This record gives sequence, structure tokens and C-alpha cells, in this order.
Amino acid sequence: MANTDAPALRLEHITKRFGSVIANDDISMTVQHGQILSVLGENGSGKTTLMNMIAGIYYPDGGKIFVDGKEAVIRSPHDAFQYQIGMIHQHFKLVDLFTATENIILGLEDDGRYSLKKANQRVKEIVSQYGFRLDPEKKVYEMSVSEKQTVEIVKVLYRGADILILDEPTAVLTPQETDRLFAVLRKMRSEGKSIIIITHKLHEVLSLSDQVTVLCKGRYAGTVNTAETDEAQLTEMMVGRKVTLNIERSEPKDTVPRLTVEGLTVRSREGTDLLRNVSFEARSGEILGIAGIAGSGQRELLEAIAGLLRAEGKIVYHDPKTGKEENLRGRDPLEIRELGVRLSFVPEDRLGMGLVGNMDITDNMMLRSYRKGRGFFLERKAPKSLAEKIVSELEVVTPGVSTPVRRLSGGNVQKVLVGREIAAAPTVLMAAYPVRGLDINSSFTIYNLLNQQKERGVAVIFVGEDLDVLLELCDRIMVISSGAVSGIVDARAASKEQIGLLMTKNTASEGGAADGKA
Amino acid sequence: MILAGFLQRAIMQGIPLLYGSTGEIITEKSGNLNLGIPGIMYVGGIGGVIGAFLYEQHAGAELNPFLAVMIPLLCSMAGSLLMGLIYSFLTVSLRANQNVTGLALTTFGVGFGNFFGGSLVRLAGSDVPSISLGRTSNYFRTSLPIADRLGWFGQIFLSHSFLAYAAIVIALLTSLILAKTRVGLHLRAVGENPATADAAGISVGKYKYFATCIGSVIAGLGGLYYVMDYANGVWSNDGFGDRGWLAIALVIFAVWRPNLSILGSILFGGLYIVHNYIPGLDVSGQELFKMLPYLVTILFLVAISMRRKREAQPPAHLGLPYFREER
Amino acid sequence: MAKHEHVREPLFHIAKRDTPAWWRAWGIRAIALVLALVVSGLVAFLLTGENPLKLYATMLEGAFGTSRRVWGLMQNLAMLLCVSVAVTPAFKMRFWNIGAEGQVLIGGLAAAACMILLGDSIPHGLLLLTVTVASIAAGALWALIPAVFRAKWQTNETLFTLMMNYIAIQLVSFFTYRFSVPKGSGQVGVINRATHAGWMPTLGKYDYLLNILIVLAVTVMMAVYLKHSKHGYELAVVGESESTARYIGIDVKKVIIRTMLISGAVCGIAGLLLVSGTDHTISRDTAAGRGFTAIMVSWLAKFDPVAMILTSFLIVFLEKGATEISTAFGLNDSFSEIITGIIIFFIIGCEFFIRYTVRFRRREGKSA
Repeated sequence: MANTDAPALRLEHITKRFGSVIANDDISMTVQHGQILSVLGENGSGKTTLMNMIAGIYYPDGGKIFVDGKEAVIRSPHDAFQYQIGMIHQHFKLVDLFTATENIILGLEDDGRYSLKKANQRVKEIVSQYGFRLDPEKKVYEMSVSEKQTVEIVKVLYRGADILILDEPTAVLTPQETDRLFAVLRKMRSEGKSIIIITHKLHEVLSLSDQVTVLCKGRYAGTVNTAETDEAQLTEMMVGRKVTLNIERSEPKDTVPRLTVEGLTVRSREGTDLLRNVSFEARSGEILGIAGIAGSGQRELLEAIAGLLRAEGKIVYHDPKTGKEENLRGRDPLEIRELGVRLSFVPEDRLGMGLVGNMDITDNMMLRSYRKGRGFFLERKAPKSLAEKIVSELEVVTPGVSTPVRRLSGGNVQKVLVGREIAAAPTVLMAAYPVRGLDINSSFTIYNLLNQQKERGVAVIFVGEDLDVLLELCDRIMVISSGAVSGIVDARAASKEQIGLLMTKNTASEGGAADGKA
Repeated sequence: MILAGFLQRAIMQGIPLLYGSTGEIITEKSGNLNLGIPGIMYVGGIGGVIGAFLYEQHAGAELNPFLAVMIPLLCSMAGSLLMGLIYSFLTVSLRANQNVTGLALTTFGVGFGNFFGGSLVRLAGSDVPSISLGRTSNYFRTSLPIADRLGWFGQIFLSHSFLAYAAIVIALLTSLILAKTRVGLHLRAVGENPATADAAGISVGKYKYFATCIGSVIAGLGGLYYVMDYANGVWSNDGFGDRGWLAIALVIFAVWRPNLSILGSILFGGLYIVHNYIPGLDVSGQELFKMLPYLVTILFLVAISMRRKREAQPPAHLGLPYFREER
Repeated sequence: MAKHEHVREPLFHIAKRDTPAWWRAWGIRAIALVLALVVSGLVAFLLTGENPLKLYATMLEGAFGTSRRVWGLMQNLAMLLCVSVAVTPAFKMRFWNIGAEGQVLIGGLAAAACMILLGDSIPHGLLLLTVTVASIAAGALWALIPAVFRAKWQTNETLFTLMMNYIAIQLVSFFTYRFSVPKGSGQVGVINRATHAGWMPTLGKYDYLLNILIVLAVTVMMAVYLKHSKHGYELAVVGESESTARYIGIDVKKVIIRTMLISGAVCGIAGLLLVSGTDHTISRDTAAGRGFTAIMVSWLAKFDPVAMILTSFLIVFLEKGATEISTAFGLNDSFSEIITGIIIFFIIGCEFFIRYTVRFRRREGKSA
């Protein structure tokens, strides 16, 4: 630490473009020594991109970075380490079969003679210095998520980082683990290290950080001292002004319950709750939006309903024709279909789950329908004309229906997928992030399709991330936070701030766990 | 005394397998499943034969002991190194399918061995009736003089040639390197999770190249040992048989640990010849006994997949290609 | 701007190509083939000192010189094609069945065993039926074992099927001694030489015609099965993405087992044709390495059974041609394996240039 007067890190006018999209637009910010800075923003506001430029993953198109007052050129993670900057990414990069220490020293060449014993010793020192809980000789595959995160943090400290960047570190942690992490971070601060923490959980920001920098849609929205702010002000800065999208929304007609979910609980293989006691009702002729921070259980909810995940609780389907009720829980997708339930599902992972990238559009149409008919052979006529119909009606840009979908652009891939799911004449349509990565025109095509389905009496469940869209498209919005429902609101009456607060509401503390904040 | 003889023969049978499996373990640790090992071992064998043959022809009556060993050794290593390079170039640089490349390499290598084994004499324009490299073989088979004086102990443990001891030393050294050095750690990371290794700044391609080539050279020595020691310098076409595949089986049996492979190779060598030691066994029964190593390997493979013990599994990225995603 | 910002750009840059036009892909393959033939010619020239053109002529002579040779070529082509077609459904499912050698042998062994043991005790027609059913069932069973373990416990199928080959080889060795005539000779000899019991009939005076027709039929059926049947569709989905398969409710385990049963059954047919239709005997060399060669044939043809006619022709032609070179010039007949190896290396390698483009670093001009 050569110059303690200068800030540890200063960004000036940083700009980064990806193609035509501007991910970061003229952003400046400062981190002092011995300070914890929160970077707050919605999904897609450019937080991670900005941090990746400090960590050497991306290189900025414009602007400068200063470390300890001197200009720094950071072209790779290795360069970042030279400046004693380390980043803990959301997706851990660890070798499962290795011990904590082996992972920590992986790739280090200039560490003197190779000695696991010595390395273990140093890891132990770091662990006790900051109050982590970690056994250096434990294998990663035996570890909990929080232990794996600890390994990543120690990895950075082992390399002597003075500036630590953590990307949504609490997204995968229980409240208790979060408290422990925060204690460690405070300890680091007291030792003069600078910490940048990316998050969109307001209560965490308030309990942990000294200053908050807020980003909104790729732009700098301001920096405030934590002591002088509150949740309301931060939410306002984060969500920005309300944007009018002009999605045509009709009043729901003849709504009847179509899908009743009661007490749905999904557990991970490690035994933690991914979904906790979720209950709601999806009605015909209505779009039910699901809002929440990414990874709060949205994916698990839809997959459990679709029969892809084991769950507890009840999923009752009300058949519009016969009026019968069927419990779908514990049935696989084929059994659900055989019950006569017309459930369509547009999954988040389009090419990995919803479609087969190497097959052409016609063959992808058949995924849902190929079993039709008694015969041994496939019938390609109907799928082919369906493919042609979707291509022309949804204006899919493709050389032809025999083009592998892998070669289409993101928006066109999604049109093919949504088109197919709608063609099955569903009574329930679930769509997870259906406009992610799509341009404006394709997005509106999708909104219109969902609205048409709603008008035809389908119960639509829409998982989205843009609050403006959710508010304009949906009739009701269910907000989930850490796997539990934190509220269901009327989309016509609710405000962005209200939903933002529900999204960050610490539902776990309601279960009796102690909150870290005094 | 029968037992001592049996163990001695079992070790001799085991040494080529040990070379092959050590080489294949190093290769597999980098994530490359090299099914070309049988071909590489043929090339290693014939490489030595060619070197020795040319030297014997050239040198006339007097052989320099040092050259008589070094020339075949270097020729053998050069041959198998070339095979390793072909495999690495195709699978790593040109991203070809590992299984197809490996099998093609085996076809090529076995053909190469048998071709030169059968045609060397004619090609060299020599007038000897067949390849018999007894003189070179004698140098290779030199063992410790004290072995004879130590009874059964000498017969089992001390009667072997330097290549046999080298096999054990190489296996132990490999185990040590894999477990106790930075290079070993990085190599294992490449085979387990190349994306993570790449992110940590380890050059995945370089490790794959080196591991595959070094592994090939070591495996090739197994072929050399077979011709020069086991077969007394007499090359017979297809004489090496299925030992290359047995070496790959041994990799599984040794759960990717060269030090266990030492014991495993003796066991496999024993299983390979045990039919000779069972009284009253007819020829057909002997054939049945020869499947034992493979049967044991399958049972073992099934057992480790059912137990799901993480340390006993194949390297997680074995057989799969790794290319950094283009942005 | 800083003065010296040397971006260390790599020497060349590899980019994935969009699916290239068919003429481009086949053009690259043709160039690779020509290059491979030039290299093989060079090798042959170095070894024999003969004029390379004469060598190529000799190859053609060896493959097509007499009608007998043409029939031999067709027969060999048919057998290789049959095994290649057999392994294909498994590969399309991304199940590395490298146990075709064993599956063929076991099929052949079952055929031989029926012919020997049942011999003249049942009518010829019934015997032929038994032989057929037995060999198909045996091949299927041999493939079923690794499939079940893979489906239930994720046991590595590459290694499992590989080991199964040698168990099959040793089993065949065991039975060849048991069945050997005369006792202890280790050779079975021609089975039912006098009665022809269990032999496949010959069509007219063409020994191999029936084999060739059966294989053609199997090839067409497999092509249709893969492309137009629901089963074929399911196995392709499983091969592409297991999570998509689950998403649409395909029972992945069932598909793995069913596909391997079919793969093994067709291997069984190959064994049947080799033993009952061609050799009328059995030995551990009956499959003659076709189980391994077939993997390359199938892969080179991009798992398209019809294209496999072409790729297996290529391999068989090379074998025959190179064998002729070795006899004509007094070389060892393993020469053909060397040539085959070289050609396959080139073809495997050229696929890279079809799928990717390599852009070399542009020289930095004197930019202002």
C-alpha cells in the first residue's frame, strides 16, 4: 500500500459495449482503503460487467482504472492479481475431486517449492485470521455451497488480494451463513482491505456497507453513504423512472381456477429448501407474473409443476372440460400428458432443454407431438406444415424449416419454441424468462402471443425479470424471495418499489432465524 | 520352487502391462482416452527391433554394449513419441474424436509392427533367414549376477533385467509426481475440470500434448521389453497379442494409480499364465482361464460405478474434448 | 492512449464455421483423400522403389482385376457395412459401443454351436431358423449387458464394451477347442461339409449374393429406422440432450437398453452371415477386426447408413489394393493396415477444416 491517501480503486468514465448493446455507459466510482462498497442494481443493470472489467475478464472500450492512484491496465485475471485485485464469481470454478488447499494453490507457479503441508498451514492461518470455517483438507465434493464459497474467497486472499470483489455472494447462502460471511468481511475491512459487493438485497446493503453505488440500466445512478439513506431511497434509485412500454392488456374474463398449488416444497440434493411451502392459484384468462431475484426458486417452481423435479405438497389441475381435479405431483411429463392435461412449458434453457439445437425446425416441432398415432413411424407432414406456419406467422428469420435451430438467432429460436408450445393448444402455459436476450421487436411478439393466449382462456404463468414488463403485462404478480412467496399483488395497482421491496424481503427471518442486523 | 517360477513368469508377463498402463494413466489423467496404446506398444517394439537389427548388421561381429542398448532404446522411444504426437495433433489441435483416432492409431501401429516385422529382412537387403536379435537381447537381459546365489528370493526379485526395474521405478515416480508435485496437481486438474484449470492459467493443450506423448513413450517401452526380454529378441507377428488392451484394462483395475498398477500387473500377468500351472487343464480350459483378467476388470468397473466412490472414478473429463468457448 | 499497448494476440484464431455448403465439405474431404493417397504412394514408393503410378494400378487390379476379386470385394464390403450399420444407432445416442467385435463373434459362435450341436437332428429349414434366431439373440444379449449397467449405474460403456470383446474372443477360443475336428487341433473346420445343414442357401451360382442382399436390406432398414421411426427420433434426442429427453417425457434408460439391443442384434446378424453364410466355420479371427474398423467407417459417414456404403467401400478397397501391392512386390500383407491408417488420419484431420476456419493474425500495417 504505497499511497494511502489515494483511493484503493477509482474508475473513470468506464464504457463497455457488446455489439449494439451498451452494458456500461460512462460509469465512475471510487473505493477507499478499508471500506465496504455495495454495488446495487437490478438484473441486467451492468453490475457484473463493470466488475468483470476490474477483474480482467473484459477490457473496457473507454475510460480508465486507477489502483492506488496510478493508472492500471488490466487485461487478464492474472493482471488483476498483479494489482492485488481478486474476484469471487457467482459460479465457482473448483475441481470437485481436490481438497480445499489443492484448489486454492491451483495454477500458482511462483510459490516456491511445492509443499501441500506448507500450503495447508498457510490456508489454516488465513482461515483463522479472518474467522472462516474451513477444513483445508476437505474435498470440494463433500462441501456445502458456503464452504465452496469460502474456498473461493481464501483462494483470492492466498494470492494476496487487497481489493476483493464478490458477485452476489449471498444468493446461495442461508441467513446464518450470510451472517458469518458478513462478519468475515467486516474483519477484512478492519485490516484495511477494500471490498466491493454486488447485490440487490437492500437489507444486506444497509447492514454491511459503508457506501452504496447504484447502477440503473447500465448507467451510474449515484453514490450515497449508507448511514444517510434508507430502503425507499435506494429502491427509487435502483428502479429508475417508470418506463411506459405500451403493452396492450385486456381485462381478464371468466376467470376460474385452473391450477392450484398448495404447500409446494422442493429440496436440493444437499437437503436445503429450494422452494418452501409455496401456495398460489393460476386462473384461466389471466397472466400471473412471477417476480423475484434470479435464483429465488422460479426455475424449480416451474420444473416441479412440469413433473421434472421431485416435490412435496399438492399441484391440483382443474380440467375445463370434465371439471375433474387431478393431482399432478409425483407424475412425470408423460403421465401428465396422458391424464389429458394440456400443460405447455417454455423453459429458461431454450437450446439445452426446450429444443434440440442440432435438429431442424420440423424435427423440433415433433418433440411434443411425435408420439401421435399408433404407427411405428414418424409422421412429418403435420409438423412440417406447423413449422412453416410458425415461420410465416411469427416471422422467424430462417433459410427454411430444415435449418438446424442452433443456427438461428436468439429471438428466432425463442419464437420457434414459444410457437410450438402454443400450438399444443394449452390450458396452462408456463414461460420462464421468455424475452431474455431478445431485441425489442421479438420481445413484443412474445408479449402479444402471451396476451392472445390469455384472451383465449389459457392460464398463463410468466416468470420475468424486468419489473416494468411484469407490471404492464400481468394481471397479478406473485413475488418470491429465497424460495418462499413474499406476496401476491394486483399488477394494476402495485408500484415497482413495492415489488422491489417484496423481492428483497428476508423471508427466512420470518421462520425464526436471527437477523444479523442490530 | 514352482511358486517361485510362477511368480517370476508372472512378473515377466506383467512388465509390458505395467509400462502400458503407466503410460495410459498419464494420458488419461489429462482427459485423453488413448485407445491407440496397443498400436503404440507395437511401434515401440518394432522400433527397437529396427534399431537393433540395423546396428547388428552394421557393427558386424563386435557389438558395443552401450550402443547395443541405447540404439534400440532410442529408436523405440522415437517411434512411440511420433505415435503420441499424431494422436495429440489430431485430438487436441484438430479436435478429432478420441475414440476414432485411437482405434485408427491401433490399426496403424499393429500394421506397422507386423509389416516391418515381416519385411525388414527383405527391405534391408540382408541374407539372414529371419529376425533374431539374440545378441542385442542378451545385453537387454543382463541381470544382477547375485540373483542365482539367493535361491527363490533371487529368482523372484533379482533375476530381472534393467527394463523391468525401470518399469517399477517409472510407475512409482509417476505416482509420486501425480500426488506430490505441482505438475501432477495441474495435470489432474486438466483431466478433471479443464475449464477450471484454464481459468487458473494452466495451459490445457500443452498439458494434454505432454501427457499424451510422455505416456506414449512409456507405453512403447513395454513393447520393447516384450521383444528384447520376454521374447529373447525374436519378433513374431501378432506375438504381442492383446496385451495392449490388457494394459488399458489394468488402468481401471489400478483405479488410475500407477503404484497399484505394479501389483495389478503382477496379478494380471499371473492370471494370464495361471492356466499353465493348473494340473489336468486341457487346452480349451486354458482359453477360458485367459479371459480372467478381462472378467476381473469388468467386475471391478461395475463395482466402482455402483459404489460411486469419487476417488475411484475415471477422470471426470475423460474422452471429452475441451475447447474454450468463443465469445 | 498509452504509448505501448501491445495486445498479445495469438498467432492464429480458430472460429467455428456455420454448416458449410455440401460441395465445400466434400471438396475438403476429396482433397484430404488425394493427399492421403499421395502420401501412401510415397510410402509405398520408398519401400518398393516402384513407380507410384504402377502402384496405384496394382491397387485397382487387386480390387477389380477379376470377377472373383470383385465378388470378394463386395462380400467384404457387405460384412464391414453390416457391422458399421450395427454400431450406428448406439453412436447416434452417444453411447460408445466399441464392443461390436465381441457382439459379432458371439453371434457367430451361437450360429456355429447350433449347426454343430443340432446338426442333422432337426430338419434343415428349422435348423436354419434356429441358427438365425440364436445368433441374433446372442449378439443382442452381449450388447444388453453393458447397456443395463450404463442405464442403471452410469458404468463407463467405452471401457465395458471394450472388455466384453476379449471375453467373447476367449469364449470362442474355448469352444473352438471343444468343437475342434480332429480333436485337439484347435480348428473347427468346415461344419456340416457334407450335409450343408445350417448353411445359408446360395442364390444361383453366386456364393455371396444372398449375404450382400441381406446386408443391403439391413442397411436400408436401419436408415429408415433412424430417420423415420419414433424409436430413431427418441434415440437421437437422448443423444443430443438428456435433459430435453426428460422434458418431453422420454424414458432415457429404456431407450438406452432398447437401442443397444438393436445394435447387438444387427451385430448378431453379421456373425450369422460370417459363419452360416460365408466361412461355415468359427475361429477367434472370424470378425477379423471389423468391430473396430466399423467404428471408423460409421463415424466417417457421419452416422448415415447410406453414406456408409461409400466409406466401407473406401476401406475395403484400400485393404484389397494394398494387399495386392504387398503380394506383387513381396511385402508383408500388413501393408494394407498402414495405408488404411494413413488414410483415416487424413480424413479424421480434414473434418476440422470443414467445421472450423483458421484465420492467421493479420500483419499489423503501418497504421497512422
